[in-house]
Amino acid sequence: MENNPLNKPNKLYYERFDAYSRFLHLLVIISFLSLAITGMIIKFSDSSVFKTLSDLMGGYEVTGSIHRFAAIITFLYFFLHISYLINKRKKRKTSFKEMLKGESSLIPNKRDWEEFKATLKWFLGKGPRPVYGRWTYWEKFDYFAVFWGVAIIGASGLILWFPEFFTNLGIPGEIINIATIIHSDEALLAVGFIFTIHFFNTHFRPDKFPMDTVIFTGKVELEELKEDRAREYELLQTDDKYKERVTDIAPSPALERAARIFGFTALTIGLLIIILIIYSMIFVYQ
Amino acid sequence: MRKINFLIAFLLISIPCYSQSEENQLCFDCHSDNTLTTERNGKTIPLFVNEKTFNNSIHSKIKCLDCHDDINPDEIPHPENLKKVNCSKCHETAVTHYERSLHGEAYRKGKYLAPSCETCHGKHDILSSKNSKSRTYVMNIPALCGKCHKEGTQVSKLSTVYERQALDDYSESIHGEGLFKRGLIVTAVCTSCHTSHDILPHENPLSSINKKNIATTCTQCHRQIEQVHTKVISGRLWEKEPHKIPICIDCHQPHKIRRVFYAESFPDEMCMKCHGQKDLTKVVNGKTLPLYVDYDQFKKSVHTDNSCFKCHTNVSFSNNPVCLNSGKVDCSICHQTQNEDYQISIHGVEHAKGNVNAPYCTSCHDTHNMQSKNSIPSPTFSRNVPELCAKCHRTGKNIAVSIDESNKGIITEYTESIHGKGLLQSGLLVTATCVDCHSSHRELPKSDQRSTVYKANIATTCAQCHLGVYEEFKKSIHSPEVSNTDKKLPVCNDCHFSHEINRTDQSDFRQQILNQCGKCHEEVTKTYFETFHGKVSKLGEQGAAKCSDCHGSHMILPTTNIESKLSRANIVETCKSCHPNSNRKFVGYLTHATHHNREKYPYLFYTFWFMTILLASTFLFFGTHTLLWLPRALREKRLKKKVNQENKAEPNGEQSTE
Repeated sequence: MENNPLNKPNKLYYERFDAYSRFLHLLVIISFLSLAITGMIIKFSDSSVFKTLSDLMGGYEVTGSIHRFAAIITFLYFFLHISYLINKRKKRKTSFKEMLKGESSLIPNKRDWEEFKATLKWFLGKGPRPVYGRWTYWEKFDYFAVFWGVAIIGASGLILWFPEFFTNLGIPGEIINIATIIHSDEALLAVGFIFTIHFFNTHFRPDKFPMDTVIFTGKVELEELKEDRAREYELLQTDDKYKERVTDIAPSPALERAARIFGFTALTIGLLIIILIIYSMIFVYQ
Repeated sequence: MRKINFLIAFLLISIPCYSQSEENQLCFDCHSDNTLTTERNGKTIPLFVNEKTFNNSIHSKIKCLDCHDDINPDEIPHPENLKKVNCSKCHETAVTHYERSLHGEAYRKGKYLAPSCETCHGKHDILSSKNSKSRTYVMNIPALCGKCHKEGTQVSKLSTVYERQALDDYSESIHGEGLFKRGLIVTAVCTSCHTSHDILPHENPLSSINKKNIATTCTQCHRQIEQVHTKVISGRLWEKEPHKIPICIDCHQPHKIRRVFYAESFPDEMCMKCHGQKDLTKVVNGKTLPLYVDYDQFKKSVHTDNSCFKCHTNVSFSNNPVCLNSGKVDCSICHQTQNEDYQISIHGVEHAKGNVNAPYCTSCHDTHNMQSKNSIPSPTFSRNVPELCAKCHRTGKNIAVSIDESNKGIITEYTESIHGKGLLQSGLLVTATCVDCHSSHRELPKSDQRSTVYKANIATTCAQCHLGVYEEFKKSIHSPEVSNTDKKLPVCNDCHFSHEINRTDQSDFRQQILNQCGKCHEEVTKTYFETFHGKVSKLGEQGAAKCSDCHGSHMILPTTNIESKLSRANIVETCKSCHPNSNRKFVGYLTHATHHNREKYPYLFYTFWFMTILLASTFLFFGTHTLLWLPRALREKRLKKKVNQENKAEPNGEQSTE
């Protein structure tokens, strides 16, 4: 047990996200920000702010190309993630049942409902902070929101991208109009949700403020994990699979700095987009 | 036998002669007595007829009774109130003309000054007009007419001052001079122009001196005059549009001295003696005006062939100097059409009102340095026209201060327009300048129905160059010939702004067209902007379809018309211009859809509201979640901090856990 880092006195870290997942999230951030900016430019084309933004980016042609490129990245990470899930299951030889119902599964279950109720009680001061596991219910929601979003926005986006192709298949022209509404409003929902709710839940909540770099560095201090996700902490005490992820190697300062710079940039861009959207919705959009 | 023949011939000739002279002799028995008189209305009237004079007269061969046909020679004394002699028995045409003439009419009305036949021709002493002793001989005509028509006579008091001097003027005129000084009997006398018997006022269309007839009258003598005048007046006009050319007397005032046109009478050198001096000035209303004329420059002008007096017509030897008070030059003498236009124009009207800012001919054309509009340095050369007009119409210049706000800056706008760039940058001389739309002399405000830029006339004005477009436009739904509506229909300049007119393939124009169509088609423009085409157009995308890309530009037809670009037959092709794979289903895309209209677009309406509710509920749920979370988390953080501080104060204390 000499090599067991748990026995060492210095600071210990726990790797919550592997490199592959971190890379995918990087793709998500980059593509999502690009899609959000270039998409909102069209949605709020009435607004002079977005018009200026469009001009700064080189006009509609450029933003249109960026949007389509980012869409390709979106489809790419979507399929990369699916293949990640498949490969992971094969490698670990876990059953489907375990994959869907296990402690590290993202499928919402009854305990999430209990946790949600307990959380509300905690909010209202009528109970202690619930003991969360590897995934909280809002994180599970976030995860499936992306699934839902990519499917809905992606499908409607493809219709808008290749209208002639789809109508040639026999889809009526009016579907293009409907696709426009769905694409645009669903995107507004996604953008609005990520840049407010997800930002708060993950980064701006007082115990993480101003940001949680775990998604870039992958590592969280064991102490912090113990406080935040007691159930996962418990798990790594017993389960070897989890224990393996504990290390005394701190994330390199360079990575930490890069993570902060990139993270803050992304957060700032996201917040700016939200401000512009709110401004445009109040003053311009009918 | 021969003798007998002669005798018979003699007898045959002499019998009527004899009998005629015998019959007349019967009259002369009494009427050769120069004391023979009669009394009529209390007046003593001589009844003497000079037999000798009569026998010399042209009527010597006819009998007294041929004219005095109501006299019975046997009835002596003749009854009272015999008829006046009726000349029409022989001179029918002359009398008919006379009777409708001014003279005849006045005579019929009993005007005692009115002449009858005898006033001019005499009674028994009538001589042939070819006889130099005759009063109606060409040399004597001016004197004959002058008996009444000269200054001081009772007739002259009835006429205008100008007419009173007719005889004096005539004698000084080229015609009068020819007649009197050179004895040229083919020269024109009074009757040459006014006719001998058919003298009518010039207002009468039958009159030989009526505007319409004057040319014919003058060309009786001046046969080749057209050729002479093609220098001044376009030859084409003489044949095709004779009403457009000035009539003879517009230049050659009747009666008046016209020889001033000729250099020998008033040579330019005479004028230049004084006007060649640079310091020559005159003072008018306290202002000192230069009177210097740069003669060398004048000789380079378009009027180089004209002598000074051709324009300065009011010069007269009766004045000293000859040009004293000769007044303003009247360009209409030669340029009548232009002048008529000018008089109607806002420039002319304002000038007539005494507006000092209003331009006169010389303001644009200069005075002595007048250049042809084909001459490159001329201010009226097409490339220089905008600058010429800008002299007044540029912001801050005289006229610009009095015109309304919307017209300020028109010069700058024009300069940057497609017309302005074509003209000024590319030097394309056929490009429209100010005068092509506003006309060169008849500029009228757009509110004036006669104006070339009046709303209803704009299309025709533009059609001068853009005929093809005009022909298309005429067939479109926007043409008043097609749409019978009270609504305001657009004309060219509603889409192509008048002065800042742009190339249609340039960004500004394509962006603007939306505002233009939107002025009238407000609803569809709004909904257009809700669709993809509209949204990206707003971002400045040129490629996105604008109104005209689908509806056409000039030949816009209702979609129900099979010819329309958007008719069922054509729409797939129309969309193909941007979407090469356009198909029947594809064109079902609603280009003017709105999700705000439940009746028209139920699917869009419900989709929109479904999405809106989805958004609202998600944000409501998680918004509340976050708002509840925040105060709780803050409180917990504060608590933790406190515990940490306590732990530091008591380092041996228990480690704080929740």
